[in-house]
Amino acid sequence: MRFRIHRYDPESGAAPSLRDYELDFDPKGRKVLDALIAIKDTLDESLAFRRSCREGVCGSDGVNVNGRNVLACVTPLEGLKEPIVIRPLPRLGVVRDLIVDMAQFYQHYRAVKPYLINLDPEPESERPQSPEERAELDGLWECILCGCCTTSCPSFWWNPDRFLGPAALLQGYRFIADTRDQATDERLDFLEDPYRLFRCHGIMNCVEVCPKGLNPTAAIGKIKSLLVKRAL
Amino acid sequence: MTKPGIPRRTFDAVIVGGGGAGLRAALQLAQANLKVAVLSKVFPTRSHTVSAQGGITAALANVSEDNWHWHMYDTVKGSDYLGDQDAIEFMCRNAPSAVYELEHMGLPFSRLDNGKIYQRPFGGQSKNYGGDQAIRTCAAADRTGHALLHTLYQRNIAARTQFFDEFFALDLIRDDDGYVLGVTALEIETGEAWLFEARATLLATGGACRIFRHSTNAHINTGDGLGMVLRAGLPLEDMEFWQFHPTGIPEVGSLITEGVRGEGGYLVNKDGEAFMPRYAPNAKDLASRDVVARAIAQEIRAGRGCGPHGDYVHLKIEHLGADKIKARLPGIRELSMQFAGVDPIDAPIPVTPTAHYMMGGIPTNLHGQVVAPVRYGPEEPTPGLYAVGECACVSVHGANRLGGNSLLDLVVFGRAAGQHMIEYLRDNPFPRPLPSTPLERSLARLARWDRGEGSETVAGLRAEMQQVMQAHCGVYRTEALLREGLTLLDGIEARLPAAALSDRSRMFNTARLEALELENLLPIARATLVSALARTESRGAHTREDHPDRDDDRWLRHTLYFLEHADGRDQLDYKPVRLKPLTVEPFQPRARTY
Repeated sequence: MRFRIHRYDPESGAAPSLRDYELDFDPKGRKVLDALIAIKDTLDESLAFRRSCREGVCGSDGVNVNGRNVLACVTPLEGLKEPIVIRPLPRLGVVRDLIVDMAQFYQHYRAVKPYLINLDPEPESERPQSPEERAELDGLWECILCGCCTTSCPSFWWNPDRFLGPAALLQGYRFIADTRDQATDERLDFLEDPYRLFRCHGIMNCVEVCPKGLNPTAAIGKIKSLLVKRAL
Repeated sequence: MTKPGIPRRTFDAVIVGGGGAGLRAALQLAQANLKVAVLSKVFPTRSHTVSAQGGITAALANVSEDNWHWHMYDTVKGSDYLGDQDAIEFMCRNAPSAVYELEHMGLPFSRLDNGKIYQRPFGGQSKNYGGDQAIRTCAAADRTGHALLHTLYQRNIAARTQFFDEFFALDLIRDDDGYVLGVTALEIETGEAWLFEARATLLATGGACRIFRHSTNAHINTGDGLGMVLRAGLPLEDMEFWQFHPTGIPEVGSLITEGVRGEGGYLVNKDGEAFMPRYAPNAKDLASRDVVARAIAQEIRAGRGCGPHGDYVHLKIEHLGADKIKARLPGIRELSMQFAGVDPIDAPIPVTPTAHYMMGGIPTNLHGQVVAPVRYGPEEPTPGLYAVGECACVSVHGANRLGGNSLLDLVVFGRAAGQHMIEYLRDNPFPRPLPSTPLERSLARLARWDRGEGSETVAGLRAEMQQVMQAHCGVYRTEALLREGLTLLDGIEARLPAAALSDRSRMFNTARLEALELENLLPIARATLVSALARTESRGAHTREDHPDRDDDRWLRHTLYFLEHADGRDQLDYKPVRLKPLTVEPFQPRARTY
């Protein structure tokens, strides 16, 4: 199989480039991560990429494959056009090869206060929540923070420092939607901002690429309608 | 003193590992306004806790009558009586409060119609000391580990815990009196060595199933804390006990939760026979994991496996219906489609026993203090050193862990260790002077990979080790098999000095990281083989075909393995099982049937 992989070694002084690899590999049932590991183990140990769970739940290995943001570990090799071009996630600084600097992404995540705020005394047992109320969280809490969505969003490309991006906004809504959370007003105050939230123009690249099938655009829409409702 | 230019930071406590156990302990310390740093070789939510699926066990009695005594009985029996009953009582008694606490933190548990936390049946859980199936495992769909890990990380954000992400811990710093005073670590992005000084150090580095070729574990599960402990001259406990999860996806290794069988799924062989009733007439598919894993292995051996090579069996859930599968097992459906190529709504999932969990580890007491035999007794605390979670052996899982008890272990003992560290820090308010050359050993280890031409590669040696462990230390073991495995491992270790890296760069050099991880994996594989060879009985997950019976007279005791010892390499020692619980009557060892 033929691969063309983004290489960048900050110590070498050389500009980033795409390097070609020819790997003898049976793609049947195998994923892009399997090929990256095979290249590293047998052809070029200097190739650097992140990986952990190798089953699509930890979010380490978001990369851009043939122009699309994906998780390498759940993306089948079969059906990919060769040479398979693998680049780092777009718009973030590249630390090395396929490894991007996620600091800004995490900063936006922290900014939405991604934790339950409830100042009532803690009961002796669980706080009740009906299955229907709990179902409001489905499609929100499963986010794995891989960054595929945010780095595919043109609004994030233009304003990476001020627009929070789909992943952080999805988590912002996850706590607004939780019946146990008491900080909805505070959360909406923070989000009611021309950049943080309103740079989302409903382009829906995030929905298109999310490897977990989540829908940040819908969550952002719900935040917007809560803001409208609050203003009335 | 330390070399000039080496970054040095000082905290009250340093936690190595950002999974569930490390984060729970960190939270306890941060909320007590102590200065705590969490070092993690990956961003914390990439830790392997995220892969836990089925749930966390606690006798909440939300679905069926229940109490922690029954949970305790099941855990003792599940451990094949090797678990320490004081620690098991502590865990089961504190389980409900630990789960409620997670709910209060915001964990999105699935819910029952009455608004309470959803619970599902899991293997080895009974009512009334061995009676009917209990419904005890609390779940957030089939992504409970994800929910737990993210919730704990989020709480640590709120508590302003200091994180050092992508820092790889190298070695413990220990003074001549045996006090642990912090760790050395490699900043992965820059390739720089750092020194973290702390009056208390907690290891929460997770498991090490990457010693095996086929494993449900993440790539990062290389037992780094265990390597650090062995290099510091401390022992590992019960390393012969590795859980082979009955249902991993063949070749790939991905876990298919026991919760699938809890929800009503069952195993069939190639004749379509539901075979578990032959092996466990009462509990059937929800027998303990060691029992189910052996049953599957037997079916495969007897030629009743499925597929072209007859090397797996089928897990059927079609009868549950699409709605229930989508609501309760969405992650399993996703994994099956991605890695086994089947939608379980229409077709059975191929599964085979797969290395999953390390019951052994760094010996601790129920406060998380690392204990070792020194002058006065077999379990003397090592001052300043704690261990929690899969890397630790407290021992609540004994010879076989029950499903749902692993997440519980993380939060109960994470909290307990954090609490004890707070007391320890109060009683030890002044930092002790560091040894004169705290970094020497770590710098030498790093320098070793910066030189030489190699005739061997890290990836090659790792693959050979994994192959040896898979073939020689799997579900069924014999003396000859283990002995041959040890000889092969000797050969691999002997070739390690001939391994070299071609990539000598500093920044984010993952090849060097993998070399350092291999240095941790190899002695763990060694500890496993040596401990397994010595234990001439079958207990829990350790099945010796040449010694098929449990032998309580000789072997109702814990193994301690020392890599480097005054008496030489590969020394074994033993200590008694703690059969006396804290407040209740002991459960005496009995024949174990399901």
